[in-house]
Amino acid sequence: MRRLSPSAVMIGLTAALVALGALSLMAGRVWVPLEAWRAGDPGWIIILELRIPRTLLAMVVGAALGMSGAALQGYTRNPLADPGVLGVSSMAALGAVVSLYFGFYVPGLAGIAWLMPLCAMAGALIGVLVLIGLTGSASGTVTFVLAGVVLNIVAGAGVALALNLAPNPWAVNEIVNWLMGSLTDRSLADLQMAAPFVAVGLALLLATGRAQDALTLGEAGAQSLGISLSRTRLLLALGVGLAAGASVAVTGVIGFVGLVTPHLLRPFLGPRPAGLLLPSALGGAVIVLAGDILVRLIPSAAEVRLGVAMAALGGPFFLGLLLVQRRRLS
Amino acid sequence: MSLLEARDLHLQAGRRTVLSGVSAQFVPGQVTAILGANGAGKSTLLAALAGLSQPKGGQVRLDDGPLLALAPRRRAQRLGFIPQTPEIAWGLEVRAVVGLGRLPWLGARGLSAPDEAAIDRALAAARVEDLAARDITTLSGGERARALIARALAGEPEWLLADEPFAGLDPRHALEAGDLFRRLAGAGCGVLLTLHDLTLAARLADRVLVLGHGRVLADGSPAAAMTPEILAAAYGIDARPRQTDQGLAIDILGRWG
Repeated sequence: MRRLSPSAVMIGLTAALVALGALSLMAGRVWVPLEAWRAGDPGWIIILELRIPRTLLAMVVGAALGMSGAALQGYTRNPLADPGVLGVSSMAALGAVVSLYFGFYVPGLAGIAWLMPLCAMAGALIGVLVLIGLTGSASGTVTFVLAGVVLNIVAGAGVALALNLAPNPWAVNEIVNWLMGSLTDRSLADLQMAAPFVAVGLALLLATGRAQDALTLGEAGAQSLGISLSRTRLLLALGVGLAAGASVAVTGVIGFVGLVTPHLLRPFLGPRPAGLLLPSALGGAVIVLAGDILVRLIPSAAEVRLGVAMAALGGPFFLGLLLVQRRRLS
Repeated sequence: MSLLEARDLHLQAGRRTVLSGVSAQFVPGQVTAILGANGAGKSTLLAALAGLSQPKGGQVRLDDGPLLALAPRRRAQRLGFIPQTPEIAWGLEVRAVVGLGRLPWLGARGLSAPDEAAIDRALAAARVEDLAARDITTLSGGERARALIARALAGEPEWLLADEPFAGLDPRHALEAGDLFRRLAGAGCGVLLTLHDLTLAARLADRVLVLGHGRVLADGSPAAAMTPEILAAAYGIDARPRQTDQGLAIDILGRWG
């Protein structure tokens, strides 16, 4: 496909984001047309209290997941990498569930609003570090995906254990609902919690851009170009830990955004990893926002959770990628 | 004068000690071939000389200072390294791959006009200008090898260390790549290569370092270092040097034992 200039792609994505943002303020169970966007109108409360936080949060979370996916793919040189596939999101979820669980049990802990995000980010960070530790310098595609499988299994078992031992059905309900990943009924407080951590995380990931480019030549090649592998690993682990961890903490697990976004952008921008980081953040924001508008408009009795919808769309995409990869490897 | 020196190096590959007590000095303007059997420690030595590993003992020195004391960026500006059969992760254009060689020189704003000029010179020197817009994963082995040499040249290093740059090249392409290294040495660059083709080494190198049994078996001109006795000790083969009108050739007649 013909390559486009990076600035053209960025402008296009920003325009799409603005348009979707406006649509997102209107769309939902109650349609709030442009004429009603004024104080005093009953629709204005909906926009102010529900739609604006939800829209902004969708952008923040999408940017975090999109860039985390692009950075993980660039670092691992593996086009199948994604915070969800590699188990980082599950580890964040495990951290959050542990905090939810102990929040019910241990008096005194329940009141700390920062407990869950902190636990989620700690979980994500541990996930990335284990991933890098398990794979070491041998960074074959298969090794990484297998390490991700291990993390997903361990985190899944931990979550299942928490459900198993949950004190009451209400707690089970709370955890399950949260795990499915959604932007419904999030407040400005959630946004204020997540946004700073996501911003710092994205800045750290951007700082690994040149190292990711150099890693195109393999680890020895990158080292010979003066790249410090340990510094790159640390920045990547912290960046993904903060960005993906903070996202999971407020929305639950929304998978496949990080996987899909860089793939959709590569035909336009080319495969150079550093060039994909910022566009993937914008692209991820567009995809999550579009997905969230879509689930709001599906006329179902209960709203389809965004995490569920993304998994339903992302599964076939992942399958297609595997088929292409298999053809290339054989 | 710039000087690269291995001083009593003790090196490990994994947990296995492969070299104990290697000392050698290298001068610019020469092509040095590092020879030895599989597992003799050629690649390990080259990686240490490139500053990519921490020796178990001894020191690599550049201009009479420890190489590892240099900042990685500064080291990368002075020493170019081409890893053995480098993997190329993404289908980048050849020009973009060659541009990666400018990373140690890059300012905050990315490739500058002097950087672009250096990339042009590297593409021309390695004779890959006509491939500049091609996807590197679609190149033939010979084209790819030249593109990767161009990548190392783009950094305009004083020293170029290449680990088996002729692996997978047919004889003609190997000779062409060899000429490229000779031209570099002629321009004042210090070139260190590991290779397996003895005749190519004899023809290409000003100096040959033969590794075996964890140490340096021979260090000298091709004629002095590639004698039947030394090759027998290094490889366990019956090999005979022969003067031809094109220079020294090594005939391999059989193996010992």
